[in-house]
Amino acid sequence: MISPDMVTIEVDGKSLQARKGAMLIEVTDAADIYVPRFCYHKKLTIAANCRMCLVEVEKAPKPLPACATPIMDGMKVWTRSPRAQEAQKSTMEFLLINHPLDCPICDQGGECELQDLAMGYGAGISRYSEGKRVVQDKNVGALIQTDMTRCIHCTRCVRFGDEVAGVRELGATGRGEDMQIGTYIEQALVSELSGNVIDLCPVGALTSKPFRYTARAWELRQREGIAPHDSIGSNLYLHVSDNRVRRVVPRENEAINEVWLSDRDRYSYLGLYSPDRLTAPMIRTDGGWREVDWDAALDFAAAGLRAAVDKHGAGQLGALTSATATTEECYLLQKLLRGLGSNNIDHRLLHSDFKDQDRAPLYPGLGQSLAELERRDAVLLIGSNVRKEQPLANHRLRKTAQRGAFIAVINPVDFDFNYTIGAKLIVRPARMVAALAGIAKALVGGSKKSVEPKVVDMLASVKVEDTQRAIAKRLKASAAPTVLLGNLAATHPCASSLGELTAVVSDLCGAKLGYLAEHANTCGAWIAGAVPHRGPFGQPIAQPGLHAQAMLDPGLRAYVLLGIEPELDCCRPAQAMHALRNAECVVSLSAYRTPRIEAYGHAMLPVAIYAENTGTLVNASGEWQAFGAVVPPPGESRPAWKVLRVLGNRLGLAGFDYASTDEIEKDLRAGDAGAGAVARGESDLSLDGHAAAELDLIPYVPAYRVDPLVRRATALQQTPDAGDRRLHINPRVARRFDLAEGANVRLQNGEEAVELSVTLDVRVPDDCVLIYTAQPAFETLDAGTAPLSLQRL
Amino acid sequence: MSGDAAGVISARARAHIDACVAKYPQERKQSAVLAALSEVQHENGGYLTTELMDAVAAYLGMARIAVYEVASFYSMFETKPVGRHSVSVCTNISCMLRGADDIVAHIERRCGIKTGDSTSDGRIYLKQEEECLAACCGGPMMMVDHKFYEHLSNDKVDKILDDLT
Repeated sequence: MISPDMVTIEVDGKSLQARKGAMLIEVTDAADIYVPRFCYHKKLTIAANCRMCLVEVEKAPKPLPACATPIMDGMKVWTRSPRAQEAQKSTMEFLLINHPLDCPICDQGGECELQDLAMGYGAGISRYSEGKRVVQDKNVGALIQTDMTRCIHCTRCVRFGDEVAGVRELGATGRGEDMQIGTYIEQALVSELSGNVIDLCPVGALTSKPFRYTARAWELRQREGIAPHDSIGSNLYLHVSDNRVRRVVPRENEAINEVWLSDRDRYSYLGLYSPDRLTAPMIRTDGGWREVDWDAALDFAAAGLRAAVDKHGAGQLGALTSATATTEECYLLQKLLRGLGSNNIDHRLLHSDFKDQDRAPLYPGLGQSLAELERRDAVLLIGSNVRKEQPLANHRLRKTAQRGAFIAVINPVDFDFNYTIGAKLIVRPARMVAALAGIAKALVGGSKKSVEPKVVDMLASVKVEDTQRAIAKRLKASAAPTVLLGNLAATHPCASSLGELTAVVSDLCGAKLGYLAEHANTCGAWIAGAVPHRGPFGQPIAQPGLHAQAMLDPGLRAYVLLGIEPELDCCRPAQAMHALRNAECVVSLSAYRTPRIEAYGHAMLPVAIYAENTGTLVNASGEWQAFGAVVPPPGESRPAWKVLRVLGNRLGLAGFDYASTDEIEKDLRAGDAGAGAVARGESDLSLDGHAAAELDLIPYVPAYRVDPLVRRATALQQTPDAGDRRLHINPRVARRFDLAEGANVRLQNGEEAVELSVTLDVRVPDDCVLIYTAQPAFETLDAGTAPLSLQRL
Repeated sequence: MSGDAAGVISARARAHIDACVAKYPQERKQSAVLAALSEVQHENGGYLTTELMDAVAAYLGMARIAVYEVASFYSMFETKPVGRHSVSVCTNISCMLRGADDIVAHIERRCGIKTGDSTSDGRIYLKQEEECLAACCGGPMMMVDHKFYEHLSNDKVDKILDDLT
């Protein structure tokens, strides 16, 4: 017995059952009956404007578009009858009237939906001999190439902007013969998802600008990969020719990235081909830097580390790793360090508050699947610019917001969201703890749940304002709330207080507590034991080592660095540089050769990254995603896991005889004591905000500066999300300091100062200055180390 | 969508737009976009600037591109500077049979401009060849500033154009 919601239709003589009200094209797609189409896309609304999917339907006087025809019980459809085919061929003839015959020089050639369908439905010779229309191209930025003469007006890109990206940037201006798809005025697209219009475009009107003219579609081999930047772990395909990644496109995975890819994940491959790639091992001796073979380099590095440990003790050795390094690399690095007797290992380079590390979960995960984010009806975002930092998590939140969910934010900057924010508390960083405490108190007030007396005591002096009460009310009334901690909460000077209060809040309203982990493998680094206080899978460590901050202040005698540029990746870059320069031995496993490494390093070991590497990344929802190398690394570079393995051997450590990353992963997983078995310390919640200074510095790492790879993706660096080198203050603060837009100021932080120009930015709260860090211009600026002052020049 | 609507749109135009907005449900403010564009175009001497369109977008809470789409779609909106008086000659079948093409040629010769252009003194804008303005019994005909003139001859056209200020 079929359910009453199901109807039976007949397509091309085949009986099909489907949900009542489904569009015909959905049913035929599910049944693998191909109906040609251009404007229809399963993730977009129906436009029915290309008319390519016309099919014959019994009793209908004319062919009907399959994409916009809801099925009815007993409907009889023919997709390839003479009548259907005649309609499809006629549509094709119209589409080809104005389409240029430039396939030989078109990047879409060979993978073009119009070209493919023209083979099946187009006539060999056109009956149209009049002039074709020409459309002037507009420059829409560094990422997307436009050839709008090729456009067939399917409007997928327009609908994408409206419905998915949440910013309507492209539109159809003019009408009839003069209709054009474009931005109307020349401007770059700013959406963090803009590159998806390339995949959506069925013709060569929108193609990838960096990819342009570098390969033909049929020369490319398609290889699977995992995106290396945000904690979503988007699935992707790397398109390779001549052992080089030519471009990156999304690989459909409904549970993770659906069919989309963020621009950062799409274009960061460009960083693989930066001219400053390190291609051979190098060591520094009295005579300066020189290239050596791997044997000599590894001996040199091992001897240097061994000497430092022998001389100063293992406690003087530390390791700092990037949180984009693979889980296997993190595991081997901690094994190496711990083999030498040191627990000084960390990946939390941007953090400054580690007080609650003993109480942290095994890894800072989302606590729910990405798809579940879509089903939340109340969301509290704390310290997060999720739209730029985890664009596809934001896409899920946007979907739930559009269904009417209540979204509230506590942020130190009034970031732009592409959905309605129900309530927001935009406060200076020093006030964020208090802002969250107000919500906690409002929840305690009306809670039937027993609240620990010490929590009540602590909240006693907290004042609750209307916004906080309103947020609390909505969270409490929600059937499926979630509270999410973002990048700015993790790196906040009082991150532990924020974390503890978040736990109180989520407990009181029954919300899922989730972390929007900062990097591609933040979760994997925790699991692998790349933290000073826990081994792999959270195994307790008797004598915890030093965390990232403590390793650099005052500094150790020897360091191993994996995939990082401390002058950009650490929250206190000047301190980091000072510590590294004073060390006796710094071994840097790096893909890039930089003047900074040359200044502090003693050995530079070239390593494979991203598409050249093999390993596993763990995403925010705890998914372990393995990937393999698809292109060889440049020159003598080797995967870091192999370098660490040999380094382990040279240092005479046991258990470093791995033949593959699979073996490492197996070894790591053998230590899994079972989820939830992690020993977590007692909460000692405190509301100690940092003392309010005259000015708070908000150091913000822009989306396209988060790691060495993306910093070298030239196309991305030409977009606004690479950040600027200006001082962002709001007009009130500007008046206080008598500053106008463009004025030059000196930002003094203790002894160090930088000179920069002012830009008025209403998103920044009072008494704050916002700068975009992870840029060379701010290498000397250590946030939170000294009072900040501002002088007009 | 930033854009200081208040600074660009006059108080009088805003009052007019507000009155139009009031005719529609609260969440359908954008329904007033045609009225809003007409009003700001009128105040701006007959054409729209990007700045004005952006201001309308901000005022009605629309995406800028959505306003550009509307402004570029309808022939009653001009998106570049044009002459003060808008002249459109019908060249559809009835008027064509009665010599509309000669009328167009005469105007173009007399004003020294092509259809779609404005005279350099900013007086006359030869907007377009119209496709039937429903005055077939009076062909050839033209529309000048929304007013119909029928049974045209070259002399009659000269007189009409000369009378424009």
